[in-house]
Amino acid sequence: MRYETVIGLEVHVELATESKIFCSCSAKFGAGPNEHVCPACCGMPGMLPVVNKRVVDLGMTAGMMLNCHINRTTTFDKKSYYYPDLPCAYQTTQWFAPVAVNGCVEIETSKGKKKVRIKQIHMEEDAGKLVHDIMPDTTHVDFNRTSVPLIEIVSQPDLSGAEEVIAYLERLHALLRFAKVSDCRWEQGSMRCDVNLSVRPEGSSELGVRTEMKNMNSLTAIARAIEYETARHIDALENGTEVLVQETRRWDDVKGKSYAMRNKETAGDYRYFPDPNVMPVVIDDAWYAAIEASLPELPEEKRARYISELGLSEYDAAQLTQSRALCDCFEDAVSVCGKAKDAANWINSEVMNILNARKMNFDMLHIDGKSLGALILLVADGKVGRANGKKVLAAMFDDTTIDPAVYAEENGLIVSHDTGMIDAVIKEAISSDPKAVADYKSGKEKAIMALFGKCMKQLKGNCDPQVLHTMLIDAIKATE
Amino acid sequence: MKLYTSKAETAAASVVVVDDMILTKEMPTAAGSKMLEGYRSLFDAEMITRLHAAGYEIGGKAAVGEFAIDLVGETAYDGACVADGILRNAAAEIIKAGEAKAVVGLDVNGSVRRAAAQNGLISVKPTYGTVSRYGTVPVACSGETVSVMAKTAADCREILEAIAGHDDKDGTSLSEECCAQIKSGGSIAKPAKVAVITGCNLTPDAEAAAKLSAFGAMLEQNGISVTAVDAGVLTTASAAWNILMSAELCNNVSRYDGIKYGYRTENFENIDELYTNSRTEAFGVLLKTAILYGSDALSSENYMKVYDKALRIRRVIADAFAALFAQYDAVLMPACSKMVYTEADVQADRYISFAENCYTAPASITGLPVVVAGGVQMIGKAFAEPMLFAMAELYEKEGK
Ligand SMILES: [Zn+2]
Repeated sequence: MRYETVIGLEVHVELATESKIFCSCSAKFGAGPNEHVCPACCGMPGMLPVVNKRVVDLGMTAGMMLNCHINRTTTFDKKSYYYPDLPCAYQTTQWFAPVAVNGCVEIETSKGKKKVRIKQIHMEEDAGKLVHDIMPDTTHVDFNRTSVPLIEIVSQPDLSGAEEVIAYLERLHALLRFAKVSDCRWEQGSMRCDVNLSVRPEGSSELGVRTEMKNMNSLTAIARAIEYETARHIDALENGTEVLVQETRRWDDVKGKSYAMRNKETAGDYRYFPDPNVMPVVIDDAWYAAIEASLPELPEEKRARYISELGLSEYDAAQLTQSRALCDCFEDAVSVCGKAKDAANWINSEVMNILNARKMNFDMLHIDGKSLGALILLVADGKVGRANGKKVLAAMFDDTTIDPAVYAEENGLIVSHDTGMIDAVIKEAISSDPKAVADYKSGKEKAIMALFGKCMKQLKGNCDPQVLHTMLIDAIKATE
Repeated sequence: MKLYTSKAETAAASVVVVDDMILTKEMPTAAGSKMLEGYRSLFDAEMITRLHAAGYEIGGKAAVGEFAIDLVGETAYDGACVADGILRNAAAEIIKAGEAKAVVGLDVNGSVRRAAAQNGLISVKPTYGTVSRYGTVPVACSGETVSVMAKTAADCREILEAIAGHDDKDGTSLSEECCAQIKSGGSIAKPAKVAVITGCNLTPDAEAAAKLSAFGAMLEQNGISVTAVDAGVLTTASAAWNILMSAELCNNVSRYDGIKYGYRTENFENIDELYTNSRTEAFGVLLKTAILYGSDALSSENYMKVYDKALRIRRVIADAFAALFAQYDAVLMPACSKMVYTEADVQADRYISFAENCYTAPASITGLPVVVAGGVQMIGKAFAEPMLFAMAELYEKEGK
C-alpha cells in the first residue's frame, strides 16, 4: 500500500522587541544568568502585566505578512501548568481571540507551487530556561527568557513531507525577517518548530494517529525527524511493529530517533481562562492602517523591481534580496548616489568581504546605507581611489557615524590632482630603477608595474590610476 | 490577640495602617498565609507611594485572614483575633483604638465591608479601576478593590483622594478623568430615590435587619424616598463570585511553589514532593478548598458549564444594577447577616464566608462602588462615591 504523510506545524518565533511582553526588562539574547529579570517576570506577587504595544504591532505585522484576518479585538488568556521555568505557574497566551486567523502562505517545491493555510497566529510569553550542568544533581533556573514575547504560527495540516516543510519554514523565515518581526535564529532558539505528523493510506480522507515532535533546532534536524517519524508510522501500520498512540515525542538528533516523552511532561489540563489583568486590545482603524502601511515589499517584489527599474543583473538582485538589511543598505545608498549598479557592486563585493572576514551574517549589517552612498560618489567622482574607498568602508564598520568625506580628508585618502607632486614622485622612481625603465623600453611592458606600484605607494594611493599610468609612460618615453 | 503583623514606631499625626495584603518594602507581607511568612517585597504598592507623597506615615500592617477570603480575618495562619469568642477584625480594632486615621486594605471577598459594618465604622470600596492594584497580593483580580476603612466619612474620603488616580503600572487602571470623578465634592440630587434590597440569599437577623430599617428611616427623614426591591438575579451573585474568585485564586496562588521564595517544606525527595508538600503544609483548609473548587471550575470539562456561566452571570448582574440605577440613585443592602461573628459560627461551617458574601458579592462581581455606614452597604453606579459619602454624612449628622 502507498501512504501519504500529513503534517501541520506550530512555529514559535521570538519577536524583535527591545523589552519583554509585560515588563520593561530587556528581551535581548546573551546576557548572564538572571540579568534581565524584575519582580514581574520572576512571578513575584503584586506586579501587574502591562502589554508592550510593540508586541501587538509585530503580531499584526506577522498576521498581515501571512495574509491573515486580524482580530480587531484580541485578548490574552492564562494557561496553567507547573514547571520550574515558569515562575507564575501560568503562561499568558492567547486562546480565545488570537491576533490573527485564517491566513495562507505560498510555497514552491520541486512539485510546483502550493498554498499552506495558516490556522492562527497568537502572541504569548516565553518560559525561562533550566540549566542542568552547573552542579551535579542540581538544576538552576535562568529567567532571562521568561516573558520574552513570542508568536506561535499554527498551520493547517497541509504539508506532505520534509521538502514542503522546509520550503514552508524557509518562506516564513524570509517573510518574518523581511518584515523585521524576528531575527528567526534557529541556533539561538528565536525560531522553533513542533511537528504534528500522521500517516494514512494514499487517497484516504481520514487522518491517522497523530504524534507531535519537539526539540528540533535546525532545518536538517526537522527533515531527519520527519523522515524517521514517517518511516516509524508506516512500519507500525504495515508490519504492526508497534501500536501508534497520540503522544508528544522528543527528537534526539544525535541518535537520530524520536522518543515518547514522559506522560507527566505533557499530560494535563491547561485551564485556560481570560486574564482579568489584561484588558482586551482593541485595534482601531488608524492602528491597523499604520501597520499595513509599514509592511515591506516582499523579497520577490524587490528582486523584480531591482531588475526592471534599477537595471541590476539577476545575480545582483538575488544576492541583495537575501536579507532585508542588505536591501535597506542598498536602497539608502542609491538614494544618495543614484548609482544602482555601483551600489550593488559595492555591497555584493566589498561589503560582503568585510562581513565574511568579520564572521557577521547579512542581518548584522549595521553601516549607514546613506554614508555608503556618499562613499560610492567619492570613488565614482575620482576623489577617493577604490583601494582607499575600501579603507573608508572598513572604518565605517568600526564607527557607523563616520562621514566618508571627512574621514578620507582627515586620513589623507583624498586623490591628489597636484601634477607637480606626481611628476616629482615619477622622476624619483625612474631615477631609482633604471633597469625597469630599460626593460620597459626594450618591450617588456610589464616592467612598468614595478614603477607604477612604487609611485602609487609613495602617493599613498591618492592618485587617479589612469592619470598616473599616462604620466608614467610619458615620463619613461621622455628619458634618454 | 494580634492586630499587627508589623508595627512602626511613629508619633506622626497622620498615621495610616495598611492591611497585610498590601506589599511594602519596609515591612514583610504574609497575606495571612504561612506560605508567605516573612516575605519581603522588592517594591512598594502604588498606594504606599501615594500615601508617602501625601505626607502620611505607614503605621504598620494590619493582620488579615489567609489571602483575605474569609469573614473578617479569622483564618490568619498565626491565629485569629478573638475576644470572648467573638471574631475581631484587626483593621477595625486599630481604628477604634485611635491608632490610625484609616486602614487601607484589599477587599477580596467583602471582609473590609463586613468589619466596617459590624464595628460602626465607615468604609469605601471605590469603583473598580480607580485605585491602582499595583503591589497588592493578587487573589481575585477581576473584582478585588483597594478599600479604605475609617471612623468618619471625611477621613475615608481624605485617604481615598490620596490613593486614587490613574496608574500606568496597572492595566485595568482607569483614566485620570474617570478617577477624578470619585474625588469631586458630592451632593445628593433631589428628589433622591433609594432602593432597599430584600429577599437576599440569607435573611439578616433582627439586629442586622434593624440597622437596615434604621438607615432607611434616616434617609426618608432627609427627604429621600426608600423603596423595597426584591433581590431578583442579585441572589446569583454569591455563587458566581465564588466561582470567579476561586478560579482566579487557584491560578494566582499557583506561583507559590516552594521554589523561588516563601515557605519550603523540609520533607521532599523530588520536585513533585517539593511542590506538593510545601503547599500542603503551608496552605489552610479554606484556601485549599478554594483552590480545588477553582481548579475544577476551570477544567476543560467544566469551563463552559461553570466558569463561562459565571462570567455571563456577571453581565446579567451588571445589567440588573443598570436597570436599578435607571430608577434609583443608590441601592441599600445589608453587609452581613448578623452584627457579630463567633468562633462557633466558623466551627459550624468553615465555608461560611462563601455564603455570607451574598451581600458583598454583587458589588465585588460588578466593580461598583460601595460605602458602608450605619452597618449597611450603599451601592452606587460607577463613580458615585461623592454621593454615597454625602449619604454617609447624613447618617453621621443624625447620629450626633
Ligand atoms: Zn521583567
